[in-house]
Amino acid sequence: MDVQIDRVKASILKHKSQKKALIAILQDIQAEHNYLPPDALRAVARSLGVPLIDVIGVATFYRAFSLKPRGRHIVTVCLGTACHIRGGPKILEEFERKLAVQPGETTPDGQFTLETVACLGCCAIGPVVVVDRDYHAHTTTRKVDGILKRYRKPGRPS
Amino acid sequence: MIRLIMNGLEVQAEEGWTLLETAQFYGLEIPTLCHNEGLTPWGGCRLCVVEIGAKPKTRLVSSCTYPAEEGLVVQTDTKRVIRARRMMIELMLSTAPMSKKIQDLASKFGVTEQRYPPRNEECVYCGLCVRMCDEQMDARAIGFQNRGHKRKISTPFDIRSEDCRLCGACIYICPACSARCQGPSAETDICNACLQIEPTCLEEYGELNCWMYDAGRCGTCVQDKSK
Repeated sequence: MDVQIDRVKASILKHKSQKKALIAILQDIQAEHNYLPPDALRAVARSLGVPLIDVIGVATFYRAFSLKPRGRHIVTVCLGTACHIRGGPKILEEFERKLAVQPGETTPDGQFTLETVACLGCCAIGPVVVVDRDYHAHTTTRKVDGILKRYRKPGRPS
Repeated sequence: MIRLIMNGLEVQAEEGWTLLETAQFYGLEIPTLCHNEGLTPWGGCRLCVVEIGAKPKTRLVSSCTYPAEEGLVVQTDTKRVIRARRMMIELMLSTAPMSKKIQDLASKFGVTEQRYPPRNEECVYCGLCVRMCDEQMDARAIGFQNRGHKRKISTPFDIRSEDCRLCGACIYICPACSARCQGPSAETDICNACLQIEPTCLEEYGELNCWMYDAGRCGTCVQDKSK
């Protein structure tokens, strides 16, 4: 994926090159690429006058940021207490089987990244699966296929 | 001048001094690991803890980060302090048993048992190398990354950093990098070889406030180290 340094620069200018806006800038980059490309981080460090190691420190501290390339869609399975007892681990297994990846990994075609989360705060509708920003309530292993189908690029073999 | 009570003595500290600096000025020995005079205080190793306040409401603070306050009552060598220091040494020893500096501390403080499984890591996260790189070498090539049990010290992207001049200051200052001596107990997690050489008057005589520290060194007061 090409890193568009211009877009990074634009984001930095939007925040008036302020050091305190580092997280906001990283969020912008993350929103665009779904991960933080090394070149973008270098550009941020140079433009803000922050040591690169500090930018890396922030980027690796928060789970919201990823330094590894991620897929187009992020599948997040909740494994919090409520979702866990309602079958969260079974649903995770089903996703692992269907996508043939482990949590934290991305499918070879770059379509999906599978992740887990400890709690999303909406335990009443558990077990919860979040794909990008859509919440799928009361998920069962049977619904896994349907969820994936909705996000798979049309025309591609499943 | 700030007046405070340290081990029962009235001492004076300059504005801006920490408790550790005050204690060192008066020759009171406080062990440190993550502290270095040329670097900013860190407060990470907790070896320099001292007890402050009047009984029974005392608390432990790290003396390298706590500023000297007017009228503060400080005890640097109570049993509670020693117990806390021993605990920290024991934990660090289980993290990096191959470190000479930590083995020496264990010997000095009589840490003779190890209740935690050895992890054989090469780092106790004292942050000395990071501060050295930043503050003295002005390079900022290494730093903390990740969080929690995945925390580590490395260069950006784990590759040779453009900011690194290979000065070696990080290795020079690292307390875990110097390997322990390969004496007769090299295979054990605690060597304790120095226990027989240098007894200290720490636990049993802690409340006596032996502030003439070199007197304790001789070992006359603790020949009988019965536990």
